[in-house]
Amino acid sequence: MTDTLTPVLTANWGDDKAWKLSNYERRGGYKALRKALEMQPADLVTWVKDANLRGRGGAGFPTGMKWSFLPKDNPNPVYLVVNADESEPGTCKDIPLMMASPHTLVEGVIISAFACNSHHAFIYCRGEVLHVIRRLQQAVREAYSAGYAGKNILGTGYDLEITVHAGAGAYICGEETALLDSLEGRRGQPRLRPPFPAVAGLYASPTVINNVESIASVPGIIANGKDWFAGMGTEKSKGHGIFSLSGHVKTPGQFEAPLGITLRELIDLGGGMREGHELKFFTPGGSSTPILTAEHLDVPLDFEGMAEAGSMLGTRALQIFDETTSVVRTTLRWVEFYKHESCGKCTPCREGTWWLVQTLRNFEAGKASPGDIEKLLDVSDNIGGKSFCALADGAVAAVTSAVKFFRDEFEAGCTTPAWELFPYEKSALFADSELGAHA
Amino acid sequence: MSVNSVTDKNAEVAPREELVTLTIDGIEVSVPKGTLVIRAAERVGVDIPRFCDHPLLDPVGACRQCMVEVPDMGNGRGMPKPQASCTLEAMPGMKISTQVSSPVATKAQEGMLEFLLINHPLDCPICDKGGECPLQNQALSHGHGESRYEGAKRTFPKPVNVSAQVLLDRERCVLCARCTRFSEQISGDPFIALVERGALQQVGIYADDPYDSYFSGNVIQICPVGALTSASYRFQARPFDLVSTPVTCEHCAAGCQLRSDHRHYQVKRRLAGDAPEVNEEWNCDKGRFAFVSGRLDDRVTTPLVRRDGQLVPASWHEAIDTAVAGLKAAGDKVGVLPGGRLTVETAYGYSRFARAVLGTNNIDHRSRPSSDEEAAFLAHAVAGRTLEESVTYRDLEKAKKVVLVCFEPEDESPIVFLRLRKAYRKNKLEVVTIAPYSSRGSIKLGATLVGCVPGREAECLDGLTDQIDGESIILVGERAAQSPGTLQTVARLASATGAKLAWIPRRAGEIGAIEAGCLPGLLPGGRPVADATARVDVAAAWGTDSLPATEGLDAEAMLAEAAAGQMALVTAGIEPRDFADPQAVREALDQASFLVSLESRLSEVAQRADVVFPVALLEEHAGSFLNWEHRRGTVNTVIRQGNAPMTDLRVLGALSDAMGAELGFRGSKAAGASLDELGAWDGERATARSDAQRAASSEGAVLATWRQLLDDSAGNDGEVALMATAQPAVLRVSPATAQRYGLAEGQQATVSGVAGSMELPVAVVDDMVDEVVWVPTNTGRPVREALGVGAGGSVTVAAAGADASVPDSPSTDGGAA
Repeated sequence: MTDTLTPVLTANWGDDKAWKLSNYERRGGYKALRKALEMQPADLVTWVKDANLRGRGGAGFPTGMKWSFLPKDNPNPVYLVVNADESEPGTCKDIPLMMASPHTLVEGVIISAFACNSHHAFIYCRGEVLHVIRRLQQAVREAYSAGYAGKNILGTGYDLEITVHAGAGAYICGEETALLDSLEGRRGQPRLRPPFPAVAGLYASPTVINNVESIASVPGIIANGKDWFAGMGTEKSKGHGIFSLSGHVKTPGQFEAPLGITLRELIDLGGGMREGHELKFFTPGGSSTPILTAEHLDVPLDFEGMAEAGSMLGTRALQIFDETTSVVRTTLRWVEFYKHESCGKCTPCREGTWWLVQTLRNFEAGKASPGDIEKLLDVSDNIGGKSFCALADGAVAAVTSAVKFFRDEFEAGCTTPAWELFPYEKSALFADSELGAHA
Repeated sequence: MSVNSVTDKNAEVAPREELVTLTIDGIEVSVPKGTLVIRAAERVGVDIPRFCDHPLLDPVGACRQCMVEVPDMGNGRGMPKPQASCTLEAMPGMKISTQVSSPVATKAQEGMLEFLLINHPLDCPICDKGGECPLQNQALSHGHGESRYEGAKRTFPKPVNVSAQVLLDRERCVLCARCTRFSEQISGDPFIALVERGALQQVGIYADDPYDSYFSGNVIQICPVGALTSASYRFQARPFDLVSTPVTCEHCAAGCQLRSDHRHYQVKRRLAGDAPEVNEEWNCDKGRFAFVSGRLDDRVTTPLVRRDGQLVPASWHEAIDTAVAGLKAAGDKVGVLPGGRLTVETAYGYSRFARAVLGTNNIDHRSRPSSDEEAAFLAHAVAGRTLEESVTYRDLEKAKKVVLVCFEPEDESPIVFLRLRKAYRKNKLEVVTIAPYSSRGSIKLGATLVGCVPGREAECLDGLTDQIDGESIILVGERAAQSPGTLQTVARLASATGAKLAWIPRRAGEIGAIEAGCLPGLLPGGRPVADATARVDVAAAWGTDSLPATEGLDAEAMLAEAAAGQMALVTAGIEPRDFADPQAVREALDQASFLVSLESRLSEVAQRADVVFPVALLEEHAGSFLNWEHRRGTVNTVIRQGNAPMTDLRVLGALSDAMGAELGFRGSKAAGASLDELGAWDGERATARSDAQRAASSEGAVLATWRQLLDDSAGNDGEVALMATAQPAVLRVSPATAQRYGLAEGQQATVSGVAGSMELPVAVVDDMVDEVVWVPTNTGRPVREALGVGAGGSVTVAAAGADASVPDSPSTDGGAA
């Protein structure tokens, strides 16, 4: 089952003006909503649970189970919050989805909110992608006009407000509790748990926070059935997912396939590696997932397969690096990102990433000292698992996995600058083309 | 036994605390449910290093210093990663391994300290905190000997003024968020917040609002590094050169336990002590920073005698002889005004001096607007009480509802304010305030405003009868004396509803003075002068034949007699501007047949005296204060120095000797023993009276006023940085009143009373009662001096420069407002 593409979320991306309501409806859009509104909310939760949809934001927590954690006796309103703050290096699935077919998300939001007995849903979208925010706003406006949102949806008596909120450009706001703080108008920093958002989230009320792709998958599950969804994928990782191929492949892009597809298959689908080059390493799910190498080409890209290989499925953001790439330089760039995005709340992340960057710069410049590799690993160990949220763990993952597979490059960093070992222009996309030759 | 104790009618059945038992480093310990692991560990003697954790602040888990290993969460499963013990609640059956038994915890803690130090300047040799610094101490006890960090440190220009008093050296900050959490949670002044992110995160202030808090000094004290320092103490001393003495704060009746640190015979700083029942670990900025007023240029160091109209230095012998001659000449036309700031022992000395030596009951410590109604109320509801009988801080914390009458806790008793705020945050305390508007303090207490025109508090109280019950507490302030009928109504309301009642004065010595017998109708221990048994009691204890039997004159009556040249006065630490009519007090002091002033500063009173005796400062004193709860707080001698002047008691003793009478003691200890020996009055207490005339309704605008905590009171003198943080003087009116009188926010307005007028910028307050004008009592100009009226008095108000004629009556104008 894992050898073919399964376009569900991406099926209409090529349509003319796929983002328009009429075009979405022409393809059967909002039929799932009508079906869902005839069901009991509790049955919908069970439906999604049975379909075995696992969160598409990275951690893979079962979506239906998350919904079922909402307390039944809390007098406060329930909020549904969609995490659309996609900001991780390499990760690029939610933004194209919302750009191409925002109604897929909006329909998912309405069904999910109904299932959770929520009357106000928020879509927290990364602030930098203004064009996507406008698409979303337009789609929500269309949904209101068509009677899919607002008061008395499709005559069922169910009311739902949908608010599209633009973030202000902080990676940490993708962490769900920091997102809630930001949504409340505060500075985005992760909150202490417990209480968990399901009990006291947005405005101290029961809150469900889901990734864009998780919510967007719901209409398909309702329309096509739980068995249809559970029929795809592997034993514990069901359904379809968007795999974002980027870097040194011939045709980078989005490939929607059942979970469990392998990188070898994906690279084939992407037309193979850049001509004349071979795979050196890749991230399975964005920069916060430990890197893997060519030996992992045939490991199934599902939650279990990646965990077994010592990494994580993450957001299925496959950044492909060929042999022209300096792993030291790549690691440094990633850690610089984490240092820049560290919110500053906790010591290991704030100070640790500051330290890691300075150490890695020495490696890149060939000025590291013998013993610096051990120091790098020890500092990473002092950060990993000790920080307030998972942001710093992502920084550490990049460092430790890079040293694990390419220790020799770090050793070389004691004597030779990375730009001498791996001339940087060689890894540029057009390095081998006419364009690159003349650059 | 336990069965008996339940049936014992006096025993309160307290619910047993639910305990959980866990194992820390192999040692089993039981702690109350909800206890955090970091504090449970303290019970087995393990001190887990920490920075952000503070037992009185909500946990945040930011510094990550207190990592421990958790092999078992109590459910048989361990945590895969080390956990921050400051955010981890103890669970039954939990197993915890701290740095004592776990290499994982040790490594995590050492790693964290190394992180905290990479961007720390390590300027300990020039840092005020060096020597008492949790970062320094814990780096030594739990850190690596040397850093492996070789990179560049983050630096900032230094220092930043968080306020005029509080300075921030950002590069020293470990971003533990103690200061910001204190401000947000404890004092409710969120004027500082963490800004920026990553390693550039820092404590910031709002561009438009300074860090405007009465409690700002606490953030300096709880800062675990030297990032926050005070302008007044910065670079003054090293902690290890200071000598510390526990003292009780002399500024208000809260009774804060403080630590006074001195060097070179000078107090260098004062810190909040650790007094869980009183100030917990906090104090206010006045108590912390205001302590130099006695050591300014106007300190009196030798006796002064008036010769040819001039006060000139004199020997003690000459001064005593002159004073005695003057007092003897006055006979029983003499009065004593000891003021409200003395220790219990010193107040007792004045009481005994008046009654047993001068032979008069003319003594009144109330150097403020007061009334007969108040004297009766104090005799009935305050005098002769013990801590056990009184409302306490703990009661405030447990109460369901607290009603504030003529009382603004944030300005007039800041620690009461903090405890009320704690109860409001933690126990959902409901606060009701009878006031003309929701003050900053009331807003921070979430208080419900019962809008009230000053002087009409009694009527407002009538309306609350069915909202108050046995679980309520009524807190009434000393300003109630200015509102006729209020104190009697409060007492009646309390007895009718079963609510508890506490009278909270401003000055630290008021309760002590009442207990020491510094009211004209009350002997020590609340004994009524009118009661013959009480007089015999006291006379016997004092070894005198008899005591004067008629009630004495109160302060105002004494001053009236003095103004007519018919009375000699003995005064201590009073200020004319504190009285209801400052000008009249000055005239009375000028006209008094003889004036003896015991003073540490050449005050307005001392300047008018015939004889001035220099007396020791409080810091050169021992003794005690009774706070509003009737709780005793000890005052210890901070500075022991040979050339300190005599104490009040020694001067009174010398005067007594020269008068041929016996004071009975020379020092504080003996005075205290004498007072204790008298004990409490077991006879009939004064009964509540209900004869007060309430204020008649008045036309036109009415003045509202109270003292701001940081104002022009003499105790704040000399504190430049502190006074720069004081609230500016403004004139507050409601929107309708502003419109009626043509006032606009921020523009100058003139308020006028019988004696004159003052000009202040206008602040329009939305929920303020109409036709009320609020101005601070003693900021800029003393209001009673400037206007000739106090709270409840008639005033006119107009835009500055405009004609202050009374506009149309409110009935025609009110509709448009």
